[in-house]
Amino acid sequence: MRVAFERQKYLIDYTLAALLRRKTRNLGLLLVYALLVFLFASVLLLSQGLRREAAALLQDAPEVIVQRLAAGRHDLLPADWLDSLRRIRGVSDARGRLWGYYYDPAVKANYTVMAAAERPLAEGEILIGAALARVRAIGVGDVFSLRAASGPPALFKVAGILEPSSELLSADLLLLSESGFRALFQFPPERYTDAVLTVSNPREASTVARKIALALPSSRPILRSEMLRTYDAVFDWREGVTFLALAAPLLAFAVLAWDKAAGLSAEEKREIGILKAIGWETGDILRMKLWEGALLSLTAFLLGYLLAWWQVFHGGARLFAPILKGWAVLYPDFRLTPTVDPGQILIVLAVTVVPYIVATLVPGWRAAIADPDAAMRG
Amino acid sequence: MLMSPALVALGLIAFVATGAVLLACGFALRILGCWDLASGGELQVRLERRTYLISTLLGFALGAELLSLLLFVHTAESLSSQFVGAMCATGVLNANAFGFPALLLKIAVFFLAALWLLLNRIDNRGYDYPLVRLKYGLLLALAPLTVAEATVQTLYFLGLKPDVITSCCGSLFGADGRGAAAELAGLPPEPTLVAFYGTGAALLVSGLAFRRRLRLGPLFAAGCALAFGVAIAAIIAVLSLYVYENPNHHCPFCLLKAGYGYLGYALYVPLFVAAAAGLGAGLIAPLGRIASLRAVVPGEVRRLTWLALGGFGIFYGLATWVIVRSNLVLLG
Amino acid sequence: MIELQAVNKRFNPGQSNECRALADIDLRLERGGITVFTGPSGSGKTTLLTLIGCLARPTSGRISLDGRLLSNLPERFLTEVRRHTFGFVFQQFNLIRGLTVLENVMLPAYPLGRPYRELTAGARALLARFGLEPKAGSKVEWLSGGEAQRTALARALINDPAVIVADEPTANLDSRLSREVLGLLDDLAAQGRTVLVSSHDPLVFEAARVRRRLELRDGRLVGDHPC
Ligand SMILES: Nc1ncnc2c1ncn2[C@@H]1O[C@H](COP(=O)(O)OP(=O)(O)O)[C@@H](O)[C@H]1O
Ligand SMILES: [Mg+2]
Repeated sequence: MRVAFERQKYLIDYTLAALLRRKTRNLGLLLVYALLVFLFASVLLLSQGLRREAAALLQDAPEVIVQRLAAGRHDLLPADWLDSLRRIRGVSDARGRLWGYYYDPAVKANYTVMAAAERPLAEGEILIGAALARVRAIGVGDVFSLRAASGPPALFKVAGILEPSSELLSADLLLLSESGFRALFQFPPERYTDAVLTVSNPREASTVARKIALALPSSRPILRSEMLRTYDAVFDWREGVTFLALAAPLLAFAVLAWDKAAGLSAEEKREIGILKAIGWETGDILRMKLWEGALLSLTAFLLGYLLAWWQVFHGGARLFAPILKGWAVLYPDFRLTPTVDPGQILIVLAVTVVPYIVATLVPGWRAAIADPDAAMRG
Repeated sequence: MLMSPALVALGLIAFVATGAVLLACGFALRILGCWDLASGGELQVRLERRTYLISTLLGFALGAELLSLLLFVHTAESLSSQFVGAMCATGVLNANAFGFPALLLKIAVFFLAALWLLLNRIDNRGYDYPLVRLKYGLLLALAPLTVAEATVQTLYFLGLKPDVITSCCGSLFGADGRGAAAELAGLPPEPTLVAFYGTGAALLVSGLAFRRRLRLGPLFAAGCALAFGVAIAAIIAVLSLYVYENPNHHCPFCLLKAGYGYLGYALYVPLFVAAAAGLGAGLIAPLGRIASLRAVVPGEVRRLTWLALGGFGIFYGLATWVIVRSNLVLLG
Repeated sequence: MIELQAVNKRFNPGQSNECRALADIDLRLERGGITVFTGPSGSGKTTLLTLIGCLARPTSGRISLDGRLLSNLPERFLTEVRRHTFGFVFQQFNLIRGLTVLENVMLPAYPLGRPYRELTAGARALLARFGLEPKAGSKVEWLSGGEAQRTALARALINDPAVIVADEPTANLDSRLSREVLGLLDDLAAQGRTVLVSSHDPLVFEAARVRRRLELRDGRLVGDHPC
């Protein structure tokens, strides 16, 4: 056991020295390798972060949302529905929500405008998302103007900037008072966009939803667990597709690795011949070649993974954000919460190291079976 | 079809590993046909040199298979949020008819692959290729299983439809249901616990005896296989109840959830490693009679026995800790 | 101790460029002393040494070491024997560039997994014996010819082999350095090691412990002269 351990230490020692002796030759491969790890790790870290944010967000989301449908089209919800909903067993509270989208041609983006039920806002006051504040270059106390449904621009005083822990979903948010919201959109009184329910036992949410559908035939209850599932599926799908799209660079990398491993320099061939002549066995040379791959893989992995980590959690994830989040003009300048997931590391290793081993094993073996008597000849 | 990086990675591993095993099978046939250590001829030299490549290749391929069992279970668990009705890996595995067969095949491949890797490791340390026929014969037996595993796993992944409503663990592992899972769930707690600790004690004794007398190898191997089975039964019948503190929740997969501190991994990894090591130790012990392995086998067997006893020790320790700490009272 | 019976070695057998490097060699080599293989270039000296030193297998014939039959054994087995029995010194020194003298000397012992401390101590002792102590940390490409060959000799001794196989060890050295290296080989023979040297350098016979001279021509043993 100790002998085997010592032997591996010697092999690593020799391999490290050999790698360093051929710095320039190995550096190119290392960089390409690290880049590949970086790409895969970025996709995984980013989508994992986004998924976590979404889950955290939905944590505070209502158990059940009820919309009203008119022949399948979303319609405004009458206020008297709220009473009917509260009467259903298992529902502890029902609240109407007012919200809608607002297209701003100036920045070519959609804002989400919402009536803030929990915040005391005067009719002319507004709270805006941080990304929006950045794009429009406005701060607290400034005046924010929106085209009102009635014609002339409606002016609001910015009462605050929304800075929640995650900016992801609040980036493009505008919060108004209820009366401000109704005036801006000329929203009919006694109507709401939709309703949110509080359920006494979250495990019973699906039963409650069934009862609602029976009691109010034109209603559409949406469960939180359904939204969570949709989010997960969307992220998984995008991740998976990005992975498949990375198959081409992966293949190119495998070819490069094969080429590098197969094209031994005369000097390296000579060294292997000498080693075999002075008592190294085929297995020893092969193990040395495997250590070479392992050291290279490890370095590339650390380099690529740390770089990906940095770019996702500190660099704003500029690279893959468009694919994974969907296109949007107002990029939230979000900071995801850093996490490490062993399963994820296993996946990155599987998709990068496996092809590398497959590509370099045969050339390594070919080098290792060199005739030991070659060193005796010039 | 569902798409996620873990599925891509698992598919890649299965594809590459099966390819490697099939390639090695072609070589195995030539070995079984033409191997003649005494000849020293051209063909023999070529075969000998090729064994290095094939055994390294298989080392990687089967090593990846071992890891892929872990990744498979982890993935099934993490996909559970995407299926209506799935609370844990059970629901995901139940999402179509290939899920549980895939898992069982992966477990079978796990044990056979571990055994093969062990034989390979020992063979590589005997200078005259003592196990070469045994090793490549076993490979021929392993190959169909690997192919089946890759096929069933692929069918399973392709058949994963998120809109399918699957059943959760409550229905499969309910004590009043049908099938093997329900039978296990329905085992009475007290006799199960007695059998659980009885097997543990017997295993300890046989392990210690085995370390002195290598002839007892097959006995120890059988003991490990039995202890493995009893452990799984005990998890479903009793241990799960103590973990969830609920007298009706028998699921062996919910243990893997973060909500239970990933306890499942802490239980299953030592259990599987210990069972594989114990089976291996018992089965290779008779090989010590081969001249070139006389110096290798006893040390290896001793180490594996320690590994097996250590793994079972961790498992039993954790299980006991779970039972003692639980607020559930099952035994009057 | 080493016995060859009817040993043949062909290169590229069955092909148009087939070459019969050794033909029907029968030979018995005893333990101890220096044995010299002479003969013109291409006569098969190197080939014979590779067969004796377990670097290659004969095409036909039997080779045994201390009564143990070695021919026809797998390469893995031969390596095992070679490591513990033979130390090699080559015509072109065959040191690995980029490594230090000390590392080069330690190389043959790496696969044996000897404890690091013990191994470095052993290597340093050998270097001291050959007057290379001050050079231990320098890279081998800066060594002179004599220093390089002494390093190679130290490397051949690191696993404490019973037999030293030296193929034309003086071919790349001037007379003074050749005498120096031959003197060292002579010392090794004096310690009871068996030294097998191939050479067509007459200087070799000045060494005191040359016990036997074997003459090769066209792959055949044509002379066997005790000295
Ligand atoms: N690898 C090889 N392939 C083909 N022919 C070889 C090879 N090695 C040596 N020979 C031939 O075998 C013969 C003996 O060579 P060698 O043993 O090197 O002689 P010496 O060492 O006496 O100069 C020569 O004719 C040489 O050309
Ligand atoms: Mg020569």
